Amino acid sequence: MSTLKILVVDDEPGIRSGVSRILRNFRVDYPFMDEAVEFEVMEAATGEAGIEIIDTGEPDILLLDNKLPGIQGIEVLEYIKKKQKNIIVVMITSYASLELAVKATSDGAYDFIPKPFTPQELKSSVENITKRVFLKKMTNKLQDTGKQIRFTFLSVLSHELKAPLNAIEGYLKMIRDRQNGTRLEDYDIMIDRSLDRIQGMRNLILDLLDLTRVESGKVKRNIAQVDLTTIARTAMDTMRPYAIQRDVTMNLQNDGPVLYNCDAEEMEIIFNNLISNAIKYNKEGGRVDFTLGRENGCLFIRVVDTGIGMSQAELEKIFDDFVRIKNEKTKNISGSGLGLPIVRKMIDNYAGKIEVTSAPDQGSTFIVRLPIDKPCS
Amino acid sequence: MRPSDYTILLVDDDQDYLFQLRVRVEGFGYRTLTAESQKEAEELLEKTRPDLAILDLMMENEDSGFILCYKMKKRYPDVPIIIATGVAAETGISFDIHDENNRKWIKADRFLEKGIRSERLKEEIDNLLLKNNR
Repeated sequence: MSTLKILVVDDEPGIRSGVSRILRNFRVDYPFMDEAVEFEVMEAATGEAGIEIIDTGEPDILLLDNKLPGIQGIEVLEYIKKKQKNIIVVMITSYASLELAVKATSDGAYDFIPKPFTPQELKSSVENITKRVFLKKMTNKLQDTGKQIRFTFLSVLSHELKAPLNAIEGYLKMIRDRQNGTRLEDYDIMIDRSLDRIQGMRNLILDLLDLTRVESGKVKRNIAQVDLTTIARTAMDTMRPYAIQRDVTMNLQNDGPVLYNCDAEEMEIIFNNLISNAIKYNKEGGRVDFTLGRENGCLFIRVVDTGIGMSQAELEKIFDDFVRIKNEKTKNISGSGLGLPIVRKMIDNYAGKIEVTSAPDQGSTFIVRLPIDKPCS
Repeated sequence: MRPSDYTILLVDDDQDYLFQLRVRVEGFGYRTLTAESQKEAEELLEKTRPDLAILDLMMENEDSGFILCYKMKKRYPDVPIIIATGVAAETGISFDIHDENNRKWIKADRFLEKGIRSERLKEEIDNLLLKNNR
């Protein structure tokens, strides 16, 4: 149970005690709210006394009469606006003139209750406000979480971008200071490592662009019927030099066309990521088997590798931003840590699913399921 | 004692930074031992007691350096430890190295920035080793 504080500012004692009585046992409860809300009523007979309570008692809701003995209701409203108080104001007024209504609304009043009001009128107005307060709280909470996620992302990103710069700078200084003497050949390793780090940084930036593309939701998607087999072939051709270098063979298990309504570029990104991972985390002489097909009214894309595999604990983390599995076997493998997060977000856009099974030293299987007409089971 | 009588453990998961650090520290005349992960460092520490250690913060996990530091201090309370960080980037993630409470339990002797100049790094190492051998 939580409590909202209501302040009634009205010079008629009957109105004040009426509000107190009506709201004393009133509760607002909705299934979507964590807890029911009840109300604590505070009273003030003048605008001056009201302002004092506004400053000390921190009410959530203000029921405000406009015609008061000293300062007017509209002035109390202006005070709240000036002090940027987080209070929802409802004007209680006996002759609701249009002019006053416009002025009060522009000064931040949320609702009007005509005087005299029935208990039901008061209750329904308070109920609406309670919903609004609850939703506002939820929105603030979500925004805070969003900010935190963004902050963490940027912290890690700046670390990932700084590391290669530091490494390259370090090597350049060693070369400048002729650390290994005057023979250029003695610096080959440093130069090669610098070039590797530059390539790594370039890959990271490319992945960031893919991630932005999928997260912004602003890039125009070209949904059309495309043949996934063709896209798979292209992806494999792109990766072939890398596969040869790692002594890994790639096999496309189907040859007929597999048509699907999607954005061809997005599918390329998904396929490239899955295939490059399957090669990257493979063993010398290993295999990558790529299969496309239909099953239970869904499309599936299966990528099986005979690589180093993962433990259960490692599996649980691989779709998080910047996570890289670090162990003896992955020591010399570079990557941005964004490939699988990109893949998963893109698949989410198709209401699809991605499943992984893996065993250390046995290899991993990634299966993507994409809906055709109805959701995938 | 001469610098070559001291062994310094260097731990960092960035192989390039580790290599460069090793060249610098060996340039000061010290002997070095290197490890590329918290796990590898822990295995090394089973067999060896270095005279000083320089640890990276984010390795297998974002707090690997702290955990390693904590474990190392338990085993070898007298061995000074320097934690090297990319400060700005590594604050606000799960630890803030400027937070007094964190510093208390982490028990590192020094927190240094990774970009620190060689002369200052040498000074810091010398001071810690000297303090330890008085």
